[in-house]
Formats: sequence, C-alpha cells, structure tokens
Amino acid sequence: MSPLDFFAWLGDSDWSTNLHESRYAYPLIESVHVWTMAVFFGSVAMFDLRLMGMIMRKVPLGEVVRRLLPWTIAAFAVMVVTGTLLFFAIPLRSYQNIFFRSKMLLMVLAGLNVWIFHSRVFPKAIDAEAAAAPPRAARIAGALSLVLWTGIVFSGRMIAYNWFDCDRQPQPDIVNFLTSCVPGE
Amino acid sequence: MLWFFQWCYQTSIGEGIRESTWLFPVIEAFHLIGLGLTIGAVLLVDLRLLGFGLVKQPVAQLATSVEPWLFGSLALMFASGIPLFVSEAIKCYNSFPFWVKMTSLFLVLLFTFTIRRRVTQTNADARPLLSGRVTAVVSLGLWFGVAWGGRWIGFS
Repeated sequence: MSPLDFFAWLGDSDWSTNLHESRYAYPLIESVHVWTMAVFFGSVAMFDLRLMGMIMRKVPLGEVVRRLLPWTIAAFAVMVVTGTLLFFAIPLRSYQNIFFRSKMLLMVLAGLNVWIFHSRVFPKAIDAEAAAAPPRAARIAGALSLVLWTGIVFSGRMIAYNWFDCDRQPQPDIVNFLTSCVPGE
Repeated sequence: MLWFFQWCYQTSIGEGIRESTWLFPVIEAFHLIGLGLTIGAVLLVDLRLLGFGLVKQPVAQLATSVEPWLFGSLALMFASGIPLFVSEAIKCYNSFPFWVKMTSLFLVLLFTFTIRRRVTQTNADARPLLSGRVTAVVSLGLWFGVAWGGRWIGFS
C-alpha cells in the first residue's frame, strides 16, 4: 500500500469524514491548536531571546529552563494531539500539501536543534554563565530556533490556503513532484 | 458606523489583498507571530503573578525586561491586523466574534497600560499577592477574549 493509498483509505473512514464535516469539533480543534500555538511559540520565543541575551539577562539560564520548559512541553503535547486530529480529518489533501510538507521538514530541523542544544550547548552554557555573556553556540541555537519556529507557523497557516493543491492544475512540474500530485487523476 | 467599514473595504489596500492569492494568508502568518510574541511576553509576567514560572525573580524586573517585546509585538499585531481587517471590513461589521475581539482588545490594552503596569511595578513581594493574582486572571481572561474572537472571525 502506497502512502497515497493509505491516506486515501484513512480519509474514507467514518471517523475522519465525521471529523472533517463536523460543525463544531473541527473548528474547535483548530482553535485549540492556534491558541496553544500562542503559548508554545510565546514561551519558546522568550527562552530564545534569553539565550540570545536580549531579555532577562539577570535570570540564570538553568532557572529559565527549569521553570518554563514544563509549560512549553505541555503546550507542545496539546499541539501534537490537536495537530494529529486535524491531519486525520483531511489526511490525503494534507499529505499532498506543499506547506504541510515544509512544516514537517522544518519541525524535524527544529527538533534537531532542540536535541543538539540540550545535549551539547546547554551544559556548557550553564558552566560559562558565571563568567559573562551567553556563549556563541547558545546565541546561535536561540536564533535558529526562532527562525525555524517562525517558518513552522508560516507553513502551518498556509496549509489552509494551499494554492498548490493537486486539483489546481496546471502547476509547474517541480510543484507536482514535491507534492506527489498526479495531474489528471 | 457602517459607512466607515464600507470605506475601509473599498480602499486600494483592501482590494489588493482580496485580489491576491497569497497576501491574506501571509499577512495572517505575521499576525500569528505577533500573537505568539504578545502571549509570550504577557504570560511570562502573568504566570509569575500567579505564583508559577520564574517565581524567584522580582515581578517588576521581569515586566521591565519584556516590555519592549510586548510593545514590539503589539505593533506587529496592529501593522498586520489592520490590513486584514480592511480587506474584509464588511464581513467584520456583521461578525459577532469581531466585536468581542475589539471590545476585549480595547479593555486589555487599557488594563495592561494602567492597572497591570502599576501592579507589576509595585509588586515587590516575593510571594504572589492577591492583587497580583487578580491582575493576572483579568489580563489572561481578556487576552483569551481577543484570541477567541480572532480565530472565530474566520469561521463566521
């Protein structure tokens, strides 16, 4: 079964159809997704700005991580659940949506940034803290995070307006390649 | 007041956005980034007032530190929100969520730059005070009104 077949099958299920056509559930899930995004993006941005030394310089980095990260993680969990439901309601169209794909790609990159930061940069940043300004690596990680999450929010918003949809042909070959669209089907 | 909304709707900015495929969503994305930054700057202080988050830090210091970002993100919200409004002003006029949003926005801005500012600058106590808790609840409640209305304009 190809991914296209699988997502077409998923979209034909009663659960997916009911969710997609529901009068309140779908908009409500979408609302929770965007409200939680504000909390998630907001807390990430405040942390990134701290990493870059632009706000809260007097607050130790370790304290910011300890006290704010649980809120970020909780918001992220809600975003994953609501985001999965939104995908589940419209699986095939989302899978073939160029903005959905760029969002997923950017999420992988943002995840890598988180992983590298917490395994390598953060321990050193804590050590260096007593000394002076945040180390270069920490500032880079903060800036990267801001750029990546901004890109993710942009991609996420564009998903609903997809002007590269498979049904909107003709599209350049490169677009149909990137979206696995088969014109004429 | 309807004439004002009609006038906004027929401006060249409104028309240009309506005619473009991608302008509206792109401006909306900027608006969302502004929303995230605003909520981040607000939440950092309001959580502290409620006794969560950075509890070891003085409230006034946190509030002063993030204030430029609060102003900056609000400016981004207005700069992106006004063109969005102009492009669909007549729809907004007839939208209940739009009026909820505008009322909440007016109240929250008034509250933030008067009472909340005073509370955050004078709340020197390390423990969360009742005045601080009430301030945070009002602030977050009003911001939620703004975010609720904002999202539901699109569903009406």
